[in-house]
Amino acid sequence: MASVTLSSVVKAYGNVPVIHGIDLAVNSGEFLVLVGPSGCGKSTLLRMIAGLEEINDGTIAIGERIVNDLPASQRNLSMVFQSYALYPHMSVRKNLAFGLTNLRMPKDEISRRVTEAARILQIEPLMERKPRQLSGGQKQRVAIGRAIVREPQLFLFDEPLSNLDAELRVQMRVELAGLYQRLGTTMIYVTHDQTEAMTMATRIVVLNKGVVEQVGTPYELYNFPCNRFVATFIGSPKMNMLEATTADGAAEIAGIGKLKLPTGIPAKGPVSIGIRPEQIAIGDGGDLAIPGKVSLVEYLGSEIFVYVQLASGERLLVQAPGDARIRNGEPITLSISGHQAHYFDANGQRIGPKGKRQG
Amino acid sequence: MTATVMDQDTAAIAATLREAKAKRARRAATLKHIFLVAASFVMIYPLLWMLASSLKPDNQIFGQLGLVPGEPQWENYVLGWNALPVSFTNFFWNSAVVTVLSVIGNVISCSFAAYAFARLEFNGKTLWFALMMMTLMVPYHVVLIPQYLLFLQLGWVDTYLPLVVPRFLASDAFFIFLMIQFFRQLPRELDEAAMIDGCSPFKIYWAIILPLSIPAMATAAIFSFIWTWEDFLGPLVYLNDIKDYTVPLALRMFLSQDSVSEYGQMFAMSVLSILPIILFFVVFQRLIIRGIAMSGMK
Repeated sequence: MASVTLSSVVKAYGNVPVIHGIDLAVNSGEFLVLVGPSGCGKSTLLRMIAGLEEINDGTIAIGERIVNDLPASQRNLSMVFQSYALYPHMSVRKNLAFGLTNLRMPKDEISRRVTEAARILQIEPLMERKPRQLSGGQKQRVAIGRAIVREPQLFLFDEPLSNLDAELRVQMRVELAGLYQRLGTTMIYVTHDQTEAMTMATRIVVLNKGVVEQVGTPYELYNFPCNRFVATFIGSPKMNMLEATTADGAAEIAGIGKLKLPTGIPAKGPVSIGIRPEQIAIGDGGDLAIPGKVSLVEYLGSEIFVYVQLASGERLLVQAPGDARIRNGEPITLSISGHQAHYFDANGQRIGPKGKRQG
Repeated sequence: MTATVMDQDTAAIAATLREAKAKRARRAATLKHIFLVAASFVMIYPLLWMLASSLKPDNQIFGQLGLVPGEPQWENYVLGWNALPVSFTNFFWNSAVVTVLSVIGNVISCSFAAYAFARLEFNGKTLWFALMMMTLMVPYHVVLIPQYLLFLQLGWVDTYLPLVVPRFLASDAFFIFLMIQFFRQLPRELDEAAMIDGCSPFKIYWAIILPLSIPAMATAAIFSFIWTWEDFLGPLVYLNDIKDYTVPLALRMFLSQDSVSEYGQMFAMSVLSILPIILFFVVFQRLIIRGIAMSGMK
């Protein structure tokens, strides 16, 4: 196990900067997930930690050692690629043993580690097969096996489940979480899948355009997003945003009405009010009733997503129980409560509590 | 009741349509095969004519275009083998030495150069690549004289060195380009996985890239073999002693300007001269199997 410390790390391709001086501390034994939209630099950051990309400025330390100039093979880490990257001409056994052979490890030790990894990942019957004879899930297991045989101090995962179908992805997600609990090694995991991030991470780093927007536990990110970007990025379906102007302890939402601000929201001037779809109630009862018309209902079984067109021209997404009887085109009244909403100033920064309480 | 009648009608219509479609397909297939057989015959006729001529007496070779020799002259092969001052055993051996060394040289050196261009970063890479590609556009005859003078200075004329040594120096841009294109198709993640697994650039080339590039290597080997085996100009320029001659030069010796040429024997030896090419092709074309390289990926 090792900690990872990034200090003012910068990366540019030619004149195009992609990582703008990131500072990040990954604790030893932590499962840190990097999330962000496509092109935000999360895979680049991971590859820089791996030693597959040079950095233009700053330092990367694994444990106590600065590894800027250390080749990938000497960083004592393993990486699982999105495409698995198994050596096609080698059997599963040779794929697992290849890295250890390069380290000139004694044959007995190689054999012990390969057998142990195969047992953990339940791939013993596949050991003599070539990658082309494996299914996607089996390839993924072998790729993880190749990573764990080295017994590294750090695991890196670059969207390892992206190429699996939905069912297998859920299964592998559970297995990876189990593997983490079993090994307890530091893991850095890149994904664009929020469910993976929320369910597996001890902490999540939200990246956007090469900068860190927020670092926190899944609970913190969901309940206390530090800015508009994080608020709308984390959570599926995404948070609704209403523009308002504040005065005298209340927010005037144009064309909708006045929402009384809860205590501890020192808002002045224009604000954005964020409300998660599950925090909008259908019917009266909240601090502000909003009339609208149902424009679309998406049925998901246990729940429904209702798109409501407001008279102001805005559209709200509401999450309701699966047995709610709501039809397209019918009028509807929604209600929101001020204390459940999130408030962001004109710069998109959070107003109000930035608490860390756990649910 | 109505539904049953409709079902029968639909089934009958479907059967008629099926039959008509099958008939059209048969007709199209027949026409296609007639065309292909005819075109193949046109292509293969010179080879068949050579084979037939190798079994004819000299006076019938140019007299008739038929492919069936009246009475096969098998002695053309026996006499032709020893017709020149030096036996064809010697010429075949010479050709084999030059060709095998050239194939080895080309495959090793061109794959090294291609790996560098495809995977490594170095100063002036684009410029060097452009220069290499430009050499493809320079005809061999343009560099023939300067090259000859160079090898003369080195004292290599009358040896196989001018024919073999350049092959070990990645002198054939075509093969390099062929391999670069193949290497570029190999996923870079394989290199990166190997880097993390502790491989140096050479180890990546040797343990990962090379085993996955067998199809490209086989293609290069086949072309290299054919072009070297049947090369006439190179040996003509650099080899003067008949004992060093390769097969194409030896075949040329059958065409005498001041006496009667033994065409039957020449064609017999020509037939034998293409056998190694066919054999090499048959053995190596099996290695041109595509689709292995991607099988470890998603």
